[in-house]
Amino acid sequence: MKNQTTKLITIFTEAALESQLVRDIDRLGAPGYTITNARGRGDRGLRGASWEANANIRVEIICSPTMAATISQYLQETYYDNYAMVTFSNEIDVLRPEKFTS
Amino acid sequence: MNSIDPVIWFFLFGLLAGALKSELRLPSQVYDFVSMLLLLTIGLKGGVELANQPFSVLLPQIVVIVIAGFLLPFIAFPALRYLGKFTRADSASIAAHYGSVSVGTFAVAVAYMNSRNIIFEEHMALFVVLLEIPAILVGIILAKGVSKKTQWSNVAHEVMLGKGVMFLVGGLLIGWLSGPSGVESISPLFFGLFKGVLALFLLEMGLITSTQLSSLKRYGFFLLAFGVITPLCFAIFGTLIGTGLGLSVGGSAILATLFASASYIAVPAAMRISVPEANPTLSLTASLGITFPFNILIGIPLYYWLANYVYTTLALH
Repeated sequence: MKNQTTKLITIFTEAALESQLVRDIDRLGAPGYTITNARGRGDRGLRGASWEANANIRVEIICSPTMAATISQYLQETYYDNYAMVTFSNEIDVLRPEKFTS
Repeated sequence: MNSIDPVIWFFLFGLLAGALKSELRLPSQVYDFVSMLLLLTIGLKGGVELANQPFSVLLPQIVVIVIAGFLLPFIAFPALRYLGKFTRADSASIAAHYGSVSVGTFAVAVAYMNSRNIIFEEHMALFVVLLEIPAILVGIILAKGVSKKTQWSNVAHEVMLGKGVMFLVGGLLIGWLSGPSGVESISPLFFGLFKGVLALFLLEMGLITSTQLSSLKRYGFFLLAFGVITPLCFAIFGTLIGTGLGLSVGGSAILATLFASASYIAVPAAMRISVPEANPTLSLTASLGITFPFNILIGIPLYYWLANYVYTTLALH
């Protein structure tokens, strides 16, 4: 248990996707997630979050490396063609790692 | 002709501030609050009036309006697809935006009628709800056909339980159940502040519109022409239907405005989920960058003139 690595996946995407994304993440079996509103600029231009259609979110998921791979692959297959989305993952040290084994 | 309504100045002020790249913006929570107030006020006002309408008068109106809501996107789609040479998904998405309605535009039309003491059917808020939804369904079908892959339950959830429809329906129900004397106690917040709230809303709309205008250059002349000609055609259609339904001059002008307006909240969200391959900037540039300002600056007075003209010509006065 002690040596098992834990991953943090961070997803930046369109706020319009939020409810659908949450359903996907739950269905894939992630142990949990945190969503925050975000603003910024990328290759889709400035997304100022001044109103709904122009808002971004940041979704963070702490999970096992296998789950991280599953989620990343699913997102890439499902959303990368048509949505503004950036996903990356880090290895993290987390307190109570047993909470995030799935 | 009266001078320009102060709420329109707020819109122009927002446009100018945005064009000058000023830091000005309404905090997003305030914008949410202001749009919530607008939706509830429109709903409440409509609901109170709805209680006075016999069902036998309402039913034909409801049927005709819903049918029209389904038809409008079918008129816009071929123009976009064959004249504008847009992809099928983009054409369907833009057609859905124009088939649906803009509550902000409706609110400006209501303010316009109120400030000129023009009578109209206050229960028309119901039409806003009725016109909001059909175009979304038609848009999805135009883009994909009746595909099994479309998750209709998700679409329905997104559309029916979305902020816009929920606040409007909630307001309608509360107004209907409370009646005129019942809403008296809450009227200072909702009805008393209506114009001030609308002014703040339009200030933010001006700022948002100015950001859309910058992408207008990329899409060129066809979109500009489409964003002006479509509301004009739909307004004529709306005026005729309003007249046919026996609405007052003010009522027909507001129905024309509803037909002419293009959605920029409910439809973009629904299309983003259901027709992801459609480019959202394209439809928002048209509906927000062109049609919204056109309607509130030129359209509404024009539609009122048109309704008057039709009524005088048909000697309905």
